[in-house]
Amino acid sequence: MTVWAWILLACVAAYALKLSGYLVPDRVLQQPAMTRLTMVLTVGLLAALVVTNTFAHGQGLVLDARLVALGVAALALWVRAPFLLVVVLGALAAAITRLLGWG
Amino acid sequence: MLASPLTSPAVRLGLSVSAATGLYGISFGALSVASGLSLLQTCALSVLMFTGGSQFAFIGTIAGGGAGGTAALAATLLGVRNAVYGVSMNALLRPRGWRRYVAAQVTIDESTAVGSSRSDPGETRRGFWTAGVGVFVLWNAFTLVGALIGSSLGDPRAWGLDGAAVAAFLGLLWPRLRTREAGSIAVVCGLATAVATPFVPAGIPILVAAVVAVLWSLWGPGRPRGAKEERR
Repeated sequence: MTVWAWILLACVAAYALKLSGYLVPDRVLQQPAMTRLTMVLTVGLLAALVVTNTFAHGQGLVLDARLVALGVAALALWVRAPFLLVVVLGALAAAITRLLGWG
Repeated sequence: MLASPLTSPAVRLGLSVSAATGLYGISFGALSVASGLSLLQTCALSVLMFTGGSQFAFIGTIAGGGAGGTAALAATLLGVRNAVYGVSMNALLRPRGWRRYVAAQVTIDESTAVGSSRSDPGETRRGFWTAGVGVFVLWNAFTLVGALIGSSLGDPRAWGLDGAAVAAFLGLLWPRLRTREAGSIAVVCGLATAVATPFVPAGIPILVAAVVAVLWSLWGPGRPRGAKEERR
């Protein structure tokens, strides 16, 4: 399948999930097990995405400028910087680190 | 409903959330084209998928060399929470007819958070719709801006766009780490991802983490209270 096909399929799935909340009876989705699965899955997947985007290089793990971006972003979040600023600081950290000759 | 929209705290909250969230559509647009998607594909994701975390998951998997199917699966799994949001907004708003289908599309973290932060039913409705429609309009406008800027930048690594992606994912994760269990889940799933990376094709480690998360939700040392606290 082409990337376009996967994009459209994922969009249909995203909408179906949203709509299911409005169509499925409350008692099914509001069960504690479902609420819990949602929380655990969201946290787990976001953590996985942080790790792959920071350390993965193809099928290898590398330490490069992205690690500095991670540290700077964590510091910014720690002091409650707004999301957009965190993203910009992450980019700046990686760019400056490379400018200085690492990663 | 429209008697005094600007004096409504829910509308004001909805508008400020829209501005803050809509703006980071810039980073999505720029990162999406840097990951190799076209301008049209980038905009299609924001118009049709319209759920930030899932969109970032899709492009993040593609950027890491993952296949389209893996990207679609990761995005879909990350969108599961929208089903639960749908239930709670349905219970609060009871939209009828065509409104139900529009409400479904604008059911995201932000509109659910603003809507359910209000106790008055009218305010809940105004908050949900202001944040939902407001974020939709601005998120799409700024996605386009980011995609246009991003594609004219040249080498995305020189501008630190991969560092921006790292920061974006950490920024999405951060507010969910308020309980000790959430922190443990993040560490365990992050480690599982790193351990799996050398052994399986790109993109698959994210699905390994998803499996670990499902197992954790079934048998992990979680208290039911902990799960409830995470809902916003």
